[in-house]
Amino acid sequence: MKQLQNWGRTWGPLLGIAVIAIALLVVAPAVLSPFRLNNLGKYVCWAIAGVGIGLAWGRGGMLVMGQGVFFGLGGYAMAMHLKLEAAMATGGPDAVPDFMVLYGDGTMPGWWAPFRSGAFTLAAIVMVPAVVAAVLGWAIFKRRVKGAYFAILTQALAVAFATLLVATIKQTGGFNGLNQFTVFFGYNLYDPTNKRMVYTIAATALVVCLVVVWQLYRSRFGELLVATRDAEERVRFLGHDPANVKLVAFVLAAVMVSVGGALFAPITGIISPSDVDATASILLIAGVALGGRALLLGPAVGALAVGFGRTTLSETFPDQWTYFLGLLFIVVVLFFPAGLGSVSSQVVGRLRTLLPTPRRTPIAAGTDALEVAP
Amino acid sequence: MNDDYLEIRGLSVDFDGFKAIDDVDLTLLQGRLHFLIGPNGAGKTTLVDAVTGLVPATGLVRYRNQDLLRTKPHRIVRAGIGRTFQTATVFEGLSVLQNLDIAGGVHRRAWRMGLARRGTPSYVAEALETIGLAGLRDRPAGVLAHGQKQWLEIGMLLVQDARVMLLDEPVAGMSAEEREQTGDLLRRIGRERTIVVIEHDMDFVRSYADVVTVMHAGKVLAEGTVAAIQADPRVQQVYLGRTAEEADHA
Repeated sequence: MKQLQNWGRTWGPLLGIAVIAIALLVVAPAVLSPFRLNNLGKYVCWAIAGVGIGLAWGRGGMLVMGQGVFFGLGGYAMAMHLKLEAAMATGGPDAVPDFMVLYGDGTMPGWWAPFRSGAFTLAAIVMVPAVVAAVLGWAIFKRRVKGAYFAILTQALAVAFATLLVATIKQTGGFNGLNQFTVFFGYNLYDPTNKRMVYTIAATALVVCLVVVWQLYRSRFGELLVATRDAEERVRFLGHDPANVKLVAFVLAAVMVSVGGALFAPITGIISPSDVDATASILLIAGVALGGRALLLGPAVGALAVGFGRTTLSETFPDQWTYFLGLLFIVVVLFFPAGLGSVSSQVVGRLRTLLPTPRRTPIAAGTDALEVAP
Repeated sequence: MNDDYLEIRGLSVDFDGFKAIDDVDLTLLQGRLHFLIGPNGAGKTTLVDAVTGLVPATGLVRYRNQDLLRTKPHRIVRAGIGRTFQTATVFEGLSVLQNLDIAGGVHRRAWRMGLARRGTPSYVAEALETIGLAGLRDRPAGVLAHGQKQWLEIGMLLVQDARVMLLDEPVAGMSAEEREQTGDLLRRIGRERTIVVIEHDMDFVRSYADVVTVMHAGKVLAEGTVAAIQADPRVQQVYLGRTAEEADHA
């Protein structure tokens, strides 16, 4: 019995990931129209970001209110490449993006040039957010900035980032952002087969991210991260610098969010400041909170649900949908602060306290407690 | 004698002009149970805080040629100096085994942190036996009895290879039986370690102390065996007067 329990604890979550993988990679492409599948692809990108936020916030206790910054770093890096690819497809190897001719004098800033290379772009999507998050995180965590101050700081960064993008119309397309991509690494984006391929890449990336955090959560690092979240000072006296523990989680989260942003650009065909600003950052968090931030699958499923809800509600109630969303959050925060994914365990816990059991069932290995948010 | 001792010279801690620790000299030798006693506010806990890097201090604290006052708290732990706190601070959601395991960072390379634990590491199994919680290894630490939590904390110090253990009131709130078990545990592990115990309970001090240091108002008032300390008139005046009454109760 106990062995079965242990087995379930180790492999049960993988089973959950497998279900998501089959649903996204096999079922969805078979039953959804290309338009709906593309919409789902958009939610999948938010879900990838959600997994990163779950890692930083749910397990690491860092309320990352400005993940739009990293979403944007990945999104814009990809979009710059796609923009250059589109330009080069029509205007030859030295062509510059159309908006630079439209708003500027038709010259391209030097820092755009490397993004002509696909390999450089892919590296930048991973490395740029990693470096930014490492420098930022180092400065923040070594100074022991945490709690509300950390949240406000990251939120301010998202605002500053979006403002910067709007202000630099000649370099980044400004308020309109970057759009009208035609080619994705040599594949024509008007071809539905290729669009489906981009969707498949996104869905695969989500599954990979889930497997990465699954391993992370069962690792010693995962235990240490939760310990740091719950008792940072105590961890210091175990011989670990909590700043380093948080930094690793923060950087990994930033990279995941960036990958989500990078795939968002080709799937939606646009990335603009409104996809990366404070509001967008909060909507990213919203999905994670809804699904259950400290759970393995909660953030991804929550982000998918919020994405789906946004589309469905806005189709039915174009003006009022935000109220529904707001109401849903109030209900969730009031009754299920650990997210909808925790409802079942909460109900079981409630029942356990109600039923007069002679002895409490011994909870082995304590992983149950790990699943519950603080 | 080997070089396994903690040397404190001219240690002072200043809280906005208030001298919580005032020019303290102490040498803590291996293999002796060293007790730190004194009235409330004497600076005992502050002394431990200063040594472990929790509060800034001036002076010299040296262990194995390392100046601890210039070392970050987590590095001090890695250097082999561990402490407990007045209230047990185990990770309540984690099991006994996980609590011990999480203290074992000193045994691991950073990249191996990404792997899950397989089986029970030998140093964890050893600590489980030593603190007598082997039967409760899979229990969440939150459901342990008060005394067991303190033993778990001591076990965590064992796992993190603390050569110097600074224990802040480890037997407070324990039953007589638990106190005895704790005292025996400290004796056993103290042979090859430097153990400092902050304690109020004079019976416990009398039973187990090899050396007692009395602190008062941030200074060291006296140091010696229990008998010598009790005979010291200055100690009787500031401290033992009250404790003698308590001893009459017991």
